[in-house]
Amino acid sequence: MRIQNHPILNFEKGEEIKFYFDGKQISAFKGETIAAALHAAGVKVLGKSLFKHRPRGFYCAIGNCSACSMVVNGEANVRTCVTMVQEGMIVETQKGKGEIL
Amino acid sequence: MKHVDIAVIGGGPAGLCAAISGASSGAKVLLMDRSEKLGGQLIKQTHMFFGSEKQYASVRGFDIADILLDKLNEYKDNIEIMNNTNVLGLYEDGVITIERNEKYEKIKPKSIVVATGASEKVLAFPNNDLPGIYGAGAVQTLMNVYGVKPGKRVLMVGAGNIGLIVSYQLMQAGVEIAAIIDASPTIGGYLVHASKIRRMGVPILTSHTVKEAIGRDCLESAVIWKLDENWNPIDGTEQEIETDVMCISVGLSPLSELLQQAECKMKYIPELGGQTVLRNENYETSVEGIYVAGDVSGVEEASSAMVEGYLAGLCAAQKIGFKHKNYNELKEDYIKQLESLRSGPIGHHIRSGIEKVMGV
Repeated sequence: MRIQNHPILNFEKGEEIKFYFDGKQISAFKGETIAAALHAAGVKVLGKSLFKHRPRGFYCAIGNCSACSMVVNGEANVRTCVTMVQEGMIVETQKGKGEIL
Repeated sequence: MKHVDIAVIGGGPAGLCAAISGASSGAKVLLMDRSEKLGGQLIKQTHMFFGSEKQYASVRGFDIADILLDKLNEYKDNIEIMNNTNVLGLYEDGVITIERNEKYEKIKPKSIVVATGASEKVLAFPNNDLPGIYGAGAVQTLMNVYGVKPGKRVLMVGAGNIGLIVSYQLMQAGVEIAAIIDASPTIGGYLVHASKIRRMGVPILTSHTVKEAIGRDCLESAVIWKLDENWNPIDGTEQEIETDVMCISVGLSPLSELLQQAECKMKYIPELGGQTVLRNENYETSVEGIYVAGDVSGVEEASSAMVEGYLAGLCAAQKIGFKHKNYNELKEDYIKQLESLRSGPIGHHIRSGIEKVMGV
């Protein structure tokens, strides 16, 4: 769901890259965040809450609220709304707190 | 430990102006921001600003960011920029700790301007944590910075300026707005924005709030209901609205954690967004040498944030011996600009909040 035509903005997309979400290959553009790339691919659920395992999506998109925490290249609690997506990145749904080690 | 004259925390409209002002006074400034790109939330503002010429009225927000960055560049000999930098702590002795490139560093400035901005509030209702429910500003970032549509059909909660402007911008991006609702009996934002949206056929329902959100993994619909004159919901007035995106636009609160850690005196001031730092007319807090500017000093909008930044940067420099050659004229001008931005009936709310903030 990318914007095709806009009356004011011109979206200059970066180079097209691939990354992995829960094992599935997804296309993205350089210069966009992981959360934006996932949203463009229709993925809204980024994690599961700690106790009730409720679905979690981003809320603020600017790095304040941490609702968008995911496991990125094995590291838990990465704020995907402010972390740029990179070629070959391995992104996984985070369940609860995530494991530090 | 790194030593600088002035450390500015936050590179949004207030922080950029504070850095420009401090550097033009002759001080060495370190400007820190957590993002890759400076400009704060200006970079997603596609609408033209209000205010006067001095605050770039009629210029689009993202263009204002570029104007300020050009100005910043004029003083590049006096300004060091650290982007992708998270400020972790601000201690009682004035030491700032940061994380940059996965390294921990310490900074000891002579004075500090905290310009960390604000965060979007949430609204309490059943299932308010479902994916598909976002802050209105989050949706603005997604569509205006990254060119991604948030969904197909939006319910906007809050008819203040942010709610109205983001609704209009969603329509520009080709997204349908089911309705805009607001618990208040009147529309909070400017009439000019509201009229534009009404003319496009979008209902603005005042005295309405969210009863609950419905959905399994993501938002599928929302139930709204009407409020009586005492803001109590009226049974039997429920309407279910099919929507995959709900935007919450019910105000912001200052991001004041660093100020609280530094033990600056705070007060709960609803007109300014919640826990707000006390300050004097120079924007200095109760902790000597710690200044504030922009939404963190009380939630307003970007025009006043810029002027506050200029004023705080000017005063923070003067405090440590870098008095701008036009200090008196500039200070008087900034104070006048702020008075004018806050004048009239629309500024009443802000003025009453500011009365409570003054006095350290």
